[in-house]
Amino acid sequence: MSQPLINWFKFASPASFYPLAGKLWPWFAALATAFAAAGLWISFFVAPTDFQQGEGYRIIFIHVPASWMSMFIYCVMAFWSAIGIGFNTRLSGMMSSALAPTGALFAFLSLWTGALWGKPMWGAWWVWDARLTSELILLFLYLGYIALTAAIDDPRRADKAGAIVSLVGVINVPIIYFSVKWWNTLHQGASVSMTKAPTMAATMLWGMLLMALAFWMYSIAVALYRVRAIILERERHATWVAELPEMQR
Amino acid sequence: MNWGSASEFFAMGGYGFYVWGSFGVTAAALLIETLLVKKRLGDTRRLLRRELAADRESQD
Repeated sequence: MSQPLINWFKFASPASFYPLAGKLWPWFAALATAFAAAGLWISFFVAPTDFQQGEGYRIIFIHVPASWMSMFIYCVMAFWSAIGIGFNTRLSGMMSSALAPTGALFAFLSLWTGALWGKPMWGAWWVWDARLTSELILLFLYLGYIALTAAIDDPRRADKAGAIVSLVGVINVPIIYFSVKWWNTLHQGASVSMTKAPTMAATMLWGMLLMALAFWMYSIAVALYRVRAIILERERHATWVAELPEMQR
Repeated sequence: MNWGSASEFFAMGGYGFYVWGSFGVTAAALLIETLLVKKRLGDTRRLLRRELAADRESQD
């Protein structure tokens, strides 16, 4: 049998993923900082004033990327959950739990920045509209996942229960995405789509994409950092943990 | 360049509260999350070091 170039299953073991995550996170943190600097520069100094919304529209540069991340992170959690159920790998559950708080944070930020954008433009902080309500449900799904996995003492059983929540809840993600098409809603339609040319100035689009990349890199960095803590917490009695350089005095 | 002066920049054409409320809370939230994960890994390492030291002592 030919040897594969990289043995991926090697990294499925917490003992080898712990040092790998430690080597990787600083790179993603550096990329996040660089993208955020470029994105913020474009958001405030390059992108022109909107002819309808004045300067208020600049909230788009974090609102849309935060909303994308909240949906994307949930899909990644569902992916790890499926792997965990299918292959019974320990690391998958740890990855899901490492992502959940960051996903919840982006869901909250999406609602928060949305409220601050809705007030001056629609005259309301909140409306019970399909887009907003389904995003609120997403936040509750994240919080439900965190609460459920925290309530079960055995981490392996907690992973299984959490995996079911994230796999069932992932149905909500396309509902959020298509809500502006399926229902009459106050929320505007997608400004950027796969099939049509974007309906906004190129500089605005670049600002949004750079901020999205910054949030993406940030999420990877913080999840890698958090998964290291989770690995140590769960593998505390393993020999490899006792032999780590940072455990020697 | 969109802004004539710093005060114009902070006023955001009258939307200052909404724009800075969005960017400020986002920045604060990401910063707090970063500090919390740093603390979590640090605390876990400290606890495990103490446990391992106690184990070694009880073995001697």
